[in-house]
Formats: sequence, C-alpha cells, structure tokens
Amino acid sequence: MAVIETAELTKRYPSVTALDALDVTVNDGVTGLVGANGAGKSTLIKILLGLVDATSGTARVLGHDVATEGAAIRALVGYMPEHDCLPADVSASDFVVHMGQMSGLPYASARERAADVLRHVGLAEERYRPMGGYSTGMKQRAKLAQALVHDPRLVLLDEPTNGLDPSSRDDMLALVRKVGHEFGIAVLVTSHLLGELERVSDHVVVLDSGRLLRASATTDFLHATGSLVVEVQGKPDAERLLGQALVDAGLTARPEGGGLIEVVVKDEHTPDVVRDLTADLGLGLVRMQERHQRIEDVFREGGAGSVLPV
Amino acid sequence: MSSQSETAPSGAAAQRPAGVIHDLGYRPYGGPRLGERPVAWSFFLTGLRNTYGLGRSGRSKVLPMGLIGVMLLPALILVGVLVQARDILDLDSQIVSYSTYPITTQVLISVFVASQAPALISRDLRFRTITLYLARPMRRPVYVLVRLASLTAGTFILVGSPLLLMYVGGILADLPLGRETLRFLGGIVGAALLAALLSGLAALVAALTTRRGMAVAAVIVVLLVSYTVVAAIQGIALGTGNDSVGEVAGLFSPYTLVNGVQHYLFDVRAATATPPEGAGMGLLYLLVTVLTVLASIGALIARYRRVSP
Repeated sequence: MAVIETAELTKRYPSVTALDALDVTVNDGVTGLVGANGAGKSTLIKILLGLVDATSGTARVLGHDVATEGAAIRALVGYMPEHDCLPADVSASDFVVHMGQMSGLPYASARERAADVLRHVGLAEERYRPMGGYSTGMKQRAKLAQALVHDPRLVLLDEPTNGLDPSSRDDMLALVRKVGHEFGIAVLVTSHLLGELERVSDHVVVLDSGRLLRASATTDFLHATGSLVVEVQGKPDAERLLGQALVDAGLTARPEGGGLIEVVVKDEHTPDVVRDLTADLGLGLVRMQERHQRIEDVFREGGAGSVLPV
Repeated sequence: MSSQSETAPSGAAAQRPAGVIHDLGYRPYGGPRLGERPVAWSFFLTGLRNTYGLGRSGRSKVLPMGLIGVMLLPALILVGVLVQARDILDLDSQIVSYSTYPITTQVLISVFVASQAPALISRDLRFRTITLYLARPMRRPVYVLVRLASLTAGTFILVGSPLLLMYVGGILADLPLGRETLRFLGGIVGAALLAALLSGLAALVAALTTRRGMAVAAVIVVLLVSYTVVAAIQGIALGTGNDSVGEVAGLFSPYTLVNGVQHYLFDVRAATATPPEGAGMGLLYLLVTVLTVLASIGALIARYRRVSP
C-alpha cells in the first residue's frame, strides 16, 4: 500500500492555483519534495494532514481519506513545520512529553518515548533548559523530536535544514536518513536545496507551480548521461589538441576549456582510444570519469522557476 | 533482557565493562493510544498547571503564586479575627460576606486573569505552537474549549480558595452550620460564574492579539475601567434617586453583574450601590451573564476558525 496517494488533487485560492491536478504516489523510505518557494509544497503537506481542504481531487494517507479521516491521519503522522513553533518558557523535555500526550500516549509512555527520541535527535543536558535560549540547530532537533514522539508511521518534514549552518545541516540530513532507514518511518521531506535531497532521499518528487514536473527514484535523476569527462594537461591548448585528434579518430568530442573535454561514448573501446591518443600527443591524463546528471538538470530542461542548485 | 542474563549469568554479559550505556537503537511504540477524552483531560490539566506557572520557567511562577498568596491573606486575617474575637466583638456572621470578597479583591483577580490569559491563549498563537496542536488528532473547537476551561478553573481556584478558607474558619468559630453552608455554596456559585465570565472575556481579548504586553494591558483596562465607570454611575444614580439607571449600569462590569446575580438568586447582602431589585431585573442580570459567557465562547471558536495552521 502506498503511504501517500493523490489523484487530480487541486487547490485554488482566490488569486492563485497552489496545486493543479496533482497525481503523486509516495512509498516507504525517504522521499524528497522539491520545488521553488510557492511551488505548492507546504500546501500539499497541509492538505495531507487534513488541515486545509482541497478544492477538488482526492488524497489518501496510509489508506485514510484526507477529507473525511483527518483525525485518524493526524494520529499516525508526525509533522515538523517550517516556521518556529516552540514556546520559549518550556523545556524541550516537558514540551515533547506534553506533545506525546496530545497524540494520545499515556503519561508514563510519553515520558519514556520523549527521553528516547530526544536522545536520538541528539539533545542531551540542554533538554532541561527553556527552549527560548536554544540555537537554531537545537530548535530544529526539538521540532523533529516532537514529530517523532508518538512513533508515527509517516513524518512530514517541511524544510528541516532551514537556517542551519553547514555542519548542523549535515547532522540534520543524517538524522533524516536515519529516521527513514533505521527507524522504519516513511519520510516526506521538502527542500528548495537540491543537493541535500540528492544525498538523503530514495525518491524525488519535483513540483513546479502546483504541477508535477517529475517523480522518480533519485538514482534515475543521477543516471550516467553516456559521456565521459576527460581532463588533460601538459600543453597550453591541450584540450583542443586532444579534441581534434578524437574527432579525427571518428569520435564526438567537445572541448570545454580549462583542460576539460566531453567525449561521447561510442562503444567500450572509447576510453582506450582516449588513453592512447593522449599518450601519442605527449599529454598527461589527469582524470577520465563518467558524467552524471544532477537533479538540477531536470529544472534546466523543464524550465522550472528559480531553484537554488547547491 | 533480564531473562537472558538470568539464564546466562556468565558469558558475554559478564565480560562487558560495567557502567556502559548501550545504544538500544530505535524502539517502536506498541502501547495503547488514548482517545479524544483522555487527551483533552490531560490537555486541561497541563493548561491548569500552566496558569500557576507549573511546568513553565521559574519566573512565570512568581506572579500567579504571589497573587493567590495575597488573595488568601485578607481571608486569613478575617478568619483569625472571627475565631479569636467573636465574643468580644459580638459577631454572628462573616465579617465580609462571601459575595463581597471578590469585589473587594477585584484588582488581584483582574491582574491574574490579565496575566494568565495571554500566557495560555496568546502564547500558542505568538509562538505558533497552535500548528503542532492542529497537526494532532484534537479538533479545533475542543482545543478552544479546553484552553478556556483551564483558564476558568485557574481563576475559579483563585476566587474560590479564600472563600473556602473563610467557610472553614466560620465553622471553627461556631457560626450556624446550615446557614453558613448555604451562604458558602452561594459564594462558590458566584465564584464559578465570575471565573467563567472573566476568563471568557480575557481569553477573547488575548486571542485577538499575539503581543503579550498588549493583551495584558487590554484585559486590565477592560476589567478595571468598566468597574470604575459602573461604580461611579451607580453612585450618582443612587444620589439622584434614579436607581433603575444604576441597575442597568451594573450589567456592564463582570463584578457588579455577578454580584447582582448572587443578590437575586441567593438574596445575599449586595456589595454595589444599586443592586437589581425585582424579578425582572434579576432575570436580566442572569440572562446577560449566561449570554456573555456563551458569546465569548462562540467568538473564540469563530476566531480560531480563521487561524491558519
């Protein structure tokens, strides 16, 4: 059974169409939801939680209809909003216990679970201090802890790395991966930074102005493009010399400057030809590797709005 | 775990150094999940604790705890005088009646409501914690009603506890038990009405502003200014012989309103210059009280319908 399934899901506001006949299926594991600001990511999450009604179309989360079984869905789903949502005068420990109780856990279980998830997200002694004094990284951890405290089947993480410095960002991404793969909880994580999702997600769903641009496994986005990148050095115009030699040998080659040449792979002998010609010209072969696509290429091809390629 | 170590006391477990914390990995939760009622009840209790600063930072305990202390102090003194000097002063009833006590201490009650309504209501809006509540199974109207119930219960404890102290003191001083119990129950009903009325109004003001200072000031102004104006009008009305003007004016402050209801329902000594006389005016007082409470609940629910998650 799919974790999330939408069919013709549409949400219109008076002035803007946030989602336009969206058909998306999300399965277990970590799924990245990409799109520029305003592409409809947050609207989709709110509809999936049953907090906002769709204009038309249907959506099912864990087999429950969002329109009629919102409460059942919210009991099984954890949600980490994009914005700040932590009261300043309560400690993370007390707050996560309280949020566990609000999800239906008895007090004793809520305490045990809160201690567990706070340990998993990496909040140690500071969990007993009021959250008003937390750094952004600690706040994001506390927000993740409250989304996990009731052991949900699915967590919806809205921009979990927002505002974090590079090392906290790496920690948070590792944590997201751990939730999806070790905890066995399905994850839908949004970001406008593509590089992040390449690293953590198994599947990527790309939204553009409320429409589905593409949905497939992350590996499909990163497939080999069928060309080699060759870097040579040794003479001032090394790449031009090699390029000419390759064309003379019947291959398609395109010098890219800076000692780089893109060579289209014709058959399994192409790398050997490149190696031999380089040696014949007396050049040094620095590297030769397969060229992979990146998720951002999808945006270039699809002409989607401004997305930060990182 | 324990059964394993019992069956194999020597072995791998014995070789491990003591005092090592083992990473148990992620443990899924297989226990019970409670329904809407127990969740609402625990939400109510947490909210009630929060109105007295329990479960919040140390600083937030100072004001509510201080207020209830100051609130109890006059009652304690009155009880002391009553018990010690009843025969000397020839007293046969409470020195200050149950229905008058809340009016006498109204500044404390107003400050309590004004400071704790924002702490409970505006806080969720200001920090946007409301999103986390809405993303959980509890429905919106239940959230509103439970928050209001916590504030009402907190205010009721503040208003009602000195009355209880006075009642216990009255019994110790050998005041007639039956009469004293009836008067006390009348006072408690009044305290409950006052708590509901003040909490509803304060919660509504607090829900309309997310700025704590604004909410505190607005509630204090609404409660204290309305009482001052009403008391002034009633004084003038009494002086000029226009009692009915004063009776109508009494509808516009929660304190005079509830005192009027108590005067009408339980025939207690009125603490205002122009209490409602006659069944018509008495019923009007009761009706206005009930309608104000219902209207503030309705307005709160309408307000939260527009809160975006």
